[in-house]
Parts: sequence; structure tokens; C-alpha cells
Amino acid sequence: MSSVNMNTTKDGMTRVVIEPVTRIEGHARVSILLDEEQQVQQARLHVVEFRGFERFIQGRPYWEAPVTVQRLCGICPVSHHLAAAKAMDRVVGVSKLTPTAEKVRRLMHYGQFFQSHAMHFFHLASPDLLFGFGADPAVRNVIGVAAKYPDLAVQAVLMRRYGQEIIRATSGKRIHGTSAVPGGVNRNLTIEDRDALLKDLDQMLAWSRGALGIARDYTLANFEFVKDFGAFRSNHLSIVREDGAMDLYDGNLRAIDADGDAIFDQVDCQSYVDYIAEEVRPWSYMKFPFIKPLGPEDGWYRVGPLPRVNTCAFIDTPDAEAARREFMEVTGGKPNNVTMAYHWARMVELVHAGERIAELLHDPDLQGTDLLIQGDRRPWGVGVVEAPRGTLFHHYRVNGNDQIVMANLIVSTTSNNEPMNRSVTKVAKDHLSGVEITEGLLNHIEVAIRAYDPCLSCATHAMGRMPMTVELVDYEGTVIDVKQT
Amino acid sequence: MAGHTPSVLVIGYGNPGRLDDGLGPALAGALEAMALPGVTIEADYQLNVEHAALAAEHDVVVFADADVSCDPPFRFERIEPTVELSFSSHSLSPAAVLGTARSLLRAGTLGYVLGIRGYAFNEFGECLSPEAVCNLAEAVEFLAKRVQARDLAM
Repeated sequence: MSSVNMNTTKDGMTRVVIEPVTRIEGHARVSILLDEEQQVQQARLHVVEFRGFERFIQGRPYWEAPVTVQRLCGICPVSHHLAAAKAMDRVVGVSKLTPTAEKVRRLMHYGQFFQSHAMHFFHLASPDLLFGFGADPAVRNVIGVAAKYPDLAVQAVLMRRYGQEIIRATSGKRIHGTSAVPGGVNRNLTIEDRDALLKDLDQMLAWSRGALGIARDYTLANFEFVKDFGAFRSNHLSIVREDGAMDLYDGNLRAIDADGDAIFDQVDCQSYVDYIAEEVRPWSYMKFPFIKPLGPEDGWYRVGPLPRVNTCAFIDTPDAEAARREFMEVTGGKPNNVTMAYHWARMVELVHAGERIAELLHDPDLQGTDLLIQGDRRPWGVGVVEAPRGTLFHHYRVNGNDQIVMANLIVSTTSNNEPMNRSVTKVAKDHLSGVEITEGLLNHIEVAIRAYDPCLSCATHAMGRMPMTVELVDYEGTVIDVKQT
Repeated sequence: MAGHTPSVLVIGYGNPGRLDDGLGPALAGALEAMALPGVTIEADYQLNVEHAALAAEHDVVVFADADVSCDPPFRFERIEPTVELSFSSHSLSPAAVLGTARSLLRAGTLGYVLGIRGYAFNEFGECLSPEAVCNLAEAVEFLAKRVQARDLAM
């Protein structure tokens, strides 16, 4: 459970600190600055973990990268595994994999989506949706869900396990999966694993459709409230297929503005540095990415399920496409900028992932033996995938001795840094100004952050330990106290 | 139950890229190499709800992890299932795994924690410190004997 501390700044303002933010991946701190009239002057999401993988991986042989980068985080190792493998495909001169290699990787990827989205929705987000943002915290948690809705809680466990079994079957093992290698994969899907996964498939598909129904019904029933909750107009970014279809594994970059007009479209991911830059701000360890042509002021963007459903022209699996159409009808076909609609969009993707898994399990290419190809070496490569939480960039340079000499990673939670801060500020100003602040009201802040499903443990770049740093900053941005643990 | 050989699950967890944090997976690897009959071995970065589903299929589960403060070489103790309110899928504790197995899956699995003393955690690196290697060897020998003899309160 979060602790809440209140203190007074030199200027007579009150700072409220929520720490840690619960039911998200990793750790964060939120500080809210109130003035003498108890009006919110400023609210910020701070990230307090350190990571230094971009430095750590320098000097390592390039072929190690797909395995090594999984140690960034235990939450989405498959995304890092695949993004690094795609970058190293380019380094070994491969632009297109064999059908078996690509499909094995895709099955692994959709398995991760399936387990990650189910886990987030049922265990991390649903307590707020099922019991209310301000409900008693003793009930507003997964145990409360288990007590009142035991079937949902069990479904979450078994859906998570199913996705993890797909990952094991395609990557070799759940920890340090090794199957994606530069130029392809080193294993296919065995008949035994395929048949074991097929056995539970129909149940998983049914449960995913049930979860979609819960998210949709919640959003529509509460739309008057959620449409403004932590919401704002924003740009949206994702990869899409060449025909505009949603593609979570491969594609080109598309960015649209809040009205759906293209900022850029079908940009080759190898050219991302011409379109995306990162800004550093003194109060956060996370960078703030932005679309270069728009600049840092206007170029920030959202990534993840909501932007993906907004940016794609269609989804090429039937149930998910029907769900997407229903989703888009709410905003008249324009991009949906409702932060809480992330949950509904996430469940659209859950259904899509399930449908994709079903297709792939029935595809004999998964038992093919043409796994690996090589081409002419290149000195650098970029790999981009849509991770469950949003677009993930891996960029490496490799020298003539096969050593990595440069690495740059933009993880999805980093891209959502500015949007999460805007949501925190919006909710704080809308719900906390001028009223007595209760635990339930503070949970509203966490609800807004949780909508993005942030994973903060790999979203920062510095090298070294993981100390807890508490900064006391006055309303002008001056640090007046620092505490470290 | 007469004639029933209790099934045992050993889950070694931690990040092998963080030096001694890899003690849990290292123990899992060592036990796996022994191919002990009736013993299932798992290794993972951290505990999560699917481990509750796996635990529910076994009579006994041993959670092996690096320990930053116990007396060397290791500590081994029984744990009881708990309910964890500040639930995050990032940091499920062994007791919460048991609690999830019990509350959601109606399992009566017994749980133990094997905490192996580690010393180096604050840098990246895929090796164990020399002291941790010694502690690991003793922990592996201890657990293998206990598991083979089913010398676990059941």
C-alpha cells in the first residue's frame, strides 16, 4: 500500500508525496505541490530506479545482445529479446527472415501480449474498475477481486500461464530465452508443444472475449466520467503494416495528431533518428521523447494500446476488428484521446493476440526447418517492435571486431513519460484542488498512471546502483532538500 | 497419504545479470542437472502468479533466492501463505505465491524459502562472487539431500 507524506515548503506550499505508486511495474514517486489555498500548482511523476544497459552492453559481442538485453527487466524480456534480434538481423545483413523464423518469433511475441495484457487488466487495473477508484483499499485489490469475482481472478492466472507457456515453447525457456538469433531462430515449435497449446486455446479465446466485454462495458457505462479523467488531446505513434493494418511485430512508423491527421507515415524504422529525439529534464531520470519536426513542446506523443488502435487503419483478425470498429465509433472514427480508454484498447489487443495465436498454432510453417539466413554485414541496425506497453526501439552500432560500440534504447514507458505527467497533473487539478485529500482521491492519481501500464524498471538510463532519491523541490523548480537511502 | 510420494517444486529466481542475484537460478540449474525423480525445477527472474498455478500442482514448493542479510551459507525455513495487498506483478513474494495458490486455486501446497547468502548485487555482471559460490554449493547439497529423502514436513 502506498504511503502518503505531507510537508511544507519554504514558500508555505504543501507537498504531498505518494510513494510507492502501487500496482504498476517498477517503482515511482508522485509529488503534488499545493499552494496556500490548497490548489494544485504542480504534479509530477518521478522515476526512482536506475538502469544502465546502454553502457553495460558496450564491448559485448553483437550476437549476445538478444539474450543479454532480457536482463533489463523481468516484465517484458521477450520484447527486448525480439527488438535486439531484429536490430542484429540488420547487422548480419538480413532484411527478411524465413517464414518459419518470423512466425516462431511472432508466436512468442503474441504469447507475451496475451499474458501481459491479461495480467494487467485483471490483477492490476480491474480492482479500480470493479470496486471504484475511491473504494476501501482493503477491498480494492486483487484479493478483493478474487473474493467477489473468483472466476476472473483464476482466469487471469491461467491466461498469464498460457502466454508464458507459449514463450517457453518458442524461446526455449522462460528465463533467458535464446531462440531469436541474428538472422532467424534456432528452434521451431514442436508438435508436442503445439498440441498442448491447442488443447486450451478455445478457453483462452473465450476468456479474452469476456475480458473485452468487461472493459468495453465499463468504459461505456462510465463514459461521462472517464472521458475527462486524466485525458487530453495528444499525438499517437506506433508501427503499422504497409497496408495500414495493426502489426505488433513489424512495420513502419506512423504518427498522427489528436485529430487523426498524419504527422508522418510509413517511415522506415531504420530512420527513426530523423523523426524521434529525446529531451532530458533535470527532475526525472527518464528522458522525454518527442517528434523532431514538431519539437519538444508540441512533439510529445503517446504509445501503447490506445495509440495503436488509433493509428491503425484496421485489424486483420475478425473479432478484434469488430471490437476496433465499436471502439472507434465512440469518437466518430477520430482518434480516441480518453486516457481510461487504454483499458478497452488493451483488451481489443488481447483478443487480437489470441486470434493471432490461433492462426499460428494451425500454421505448418511453425514446424519448418529453414530457420536461419545470413547476408552481408552492416555496421549498425535498428530493431523496433510494439511491446505490450508501446513502441520499443533498439539501436546498435557494431565494430569490425563484432563488438557493440553504441546502444540506444527508447522503451515504451519513456515515450509515455510526458503523457503520464500530463495525466497526473490533470487528475490532481481536477480532483484534488481545494478539497480534503483522502486515500481514495490519491488513488485517482494512481488510476491514471496505471492506465498506461508503465514499466519503470527499464525506462531509465543511468548506470549504477538503484538508490531511492527523494527531492524536495519548490514551485519554482529549485531543489531545497535531497534525501537518499 | 500411504504410498504417495510427494511431488516437489523448486523455483530458483533472480536476475543472473546482477551478480549474486543469480543465486536462485544457479541453484535451479544445479538441481536440474541432478535430475532428481519427482522434482520439478523452475527458474525465473521473479515470482509471478503463474508460479501459483504451478505450485498448486505440487505438494511442496521451495523458493530459492539470494539473501542479502542471512547468516551464511543459507537459511531454510517454512513459510505460510499470506494475502498481499500492495500487489504488483513485479514483486510477488513467496508467501503471496502460496496465498494465491490457496485462495484462488484451493491448493494446500506447503512452502519453504531457501535464502542463499549473496554479497554483490549492485553492478551488472553474469558471475557469482567467490563467497556466494561456496554458499551455493552448500545450499545445493543440503536441498538435494532433503528433497531426495522427502525430508520436508508433509
